[in-house]
Amino acid sequence: MEALLEPVSQFFGPAWPVVWTLAKIVAIIAPLMLGVAYLTLAERKVIGYMQVRIGPNRVGPKGLLQPIADGMKLLFKEIIVPSGASKGLFILGPILAIAPSLAAWSVVPFNEGMVLANVNAGLLLLLAITSMEVYGVIIAGWASNSKYPFLGSMRAAAQMVSYEVAMGFALICVLLISSSLNLSDIVHSQGQGRFHEMGLSFLSWNWLPLLPMFIVFLISGIAETNRAPFDVVEGESEVVAGHMVEYSGMAFALFFLAEYANMFLVSVMTAVLFMGGWLSPIGAIPDGFHWLALKTAFFLFVFLWVRATFPRFRYDHIMRLGWKVFIPITLVWVIVVAVWMMSPLSIWK
Amino acid sequence: MLENYFPVLMFILVGLGFGLVPVILGRLVAPNRPGSEKLSPYECGFEAFEDARMKFDVRYYLIAILFILFDLEIAFLFPWATVFQEFIAAGQVAWFVFGSVMVFIAVLVIGYVVEWKNGALDWE
Repeated sequence: MEALLEPVSQFFGPAWPVVWTLAKIVAIIAPLMLGVAYLTLAERKVIGYMQVRIGPNRVGPKGLLQPIADGMKLLFKEIIVPSGASKGLFILGPILAIAPSLAAWSVVPFNEGMVLANVNAGLLLLLAITSMEVYGVIIAGWASNSKYPFLGSMRAAAQMVSYEVAMGFALICVLLISSSLNLSDIVHSQGQGRFHEMGLSFLSWNWLPLLPMFIVFLISGIAETNRAPFDVVEGESEVVAGHMVEYSGMAFALFFLAEYANMFLVSVMTAVLFMGGWLSPIGAIPDGFHWLALKTAFFLFVFLWVRATFPRFRYDHIMRLGWKVFIPITLVWVIVVAVWMMSPLSIWK
Repeated sequence: MLENYFPVLMFILVGLGFGLVPVILGRLVAPNRPGSEKLSPYECGFEAFEDARMKFDVRYYLIAILFILFDLEIAFLFPWATVFQEFIAAGQVAWFVFGSVMVFIAVLVIGYVVEWKNGALDWE
């Protein structure tokens, strides 16, 4: 590999690090976008079968070309900018929605040493970048200068920041027991302990000692991405499509991509922080990227499963769950974990 | 050290570019035939009644302010959580570190309880 790249790197000279990083970024974004496209199909298929329907099956064999047809259709649709809208912000909204959901992937470790930016503050960076997502929604809602987007973005902003607090406290618990902000180190710290030595690695992952935090994190993740049953933001019976009402064509497609990319991100974060990332569940089986992919796919399925199962929450119930249930639970659990670590019963020596 | 963050910066730029390209592409290949009806704000088919930038519930502000408090708290707890294990390994000092953080959390919890009692977290 090194020898193969040698002439190429010499051709680019001093610009080589930039080109090489760019190539890696493309190597992350391209499969991600393919995954996002097929996640939309998977969603329709899975929910279809859960409701005893077949789902899309007309475009291509078994409907496999459906996402491509959808993308093409949106590309050739007019991008309408309403006359009352703030033009610049209106275009900026979807761009700010998609940029953080992609940029966050720069610190996600895919395998041993396989990470774009192996920074020592990876978790903090992840928290910071995912917080940026709310700006896209707020700006879109404000710039549209229309009532439904305005109300939708208000709701979205309040909901996203509320669940971010619970998410943050859950991250602190993970941080306490792995004592590193580096995501690769967090994965490594899950591959040790009594159960790991017995060969049952999956019992030594963070999900078991931090079970309440794992559940809170997963539910907060669903709420953060504004997915059902927390999708009052785009509750079609109330605010039509929330902040996306005035968007059409590719501008709308960006919001759509951002939402699904965020689902991917939350799934991969759950897999890395609580389910041991690329580690294999049984000691005898080698680790590898496929384990991370498998775990991510499972959590993505959970997203769809939850959507097919639960009715939409009422908005006041959502806020109550966030502020009056999750925050007390997570706060207490931070203290419990800290005391547990200091007690002789600590399993993280 | 800092050059580790260079790919992150590049990824952010690529992300912004990834957002910009489809919009430009859409502008180029898609039709663009504006009309006064088409460009009016969507209000289920009615003429828009009034300005959309209207008064809204003050509780959204309250949630935003509370969020800033709690998020700051989390940001302050991050360094503690990162080094806590080292303090435990060092012995007795762990209890002192734990105690000081508990005081810090207690201050927040008092504020949280007051907010709860005053109904700042209620949505009826």
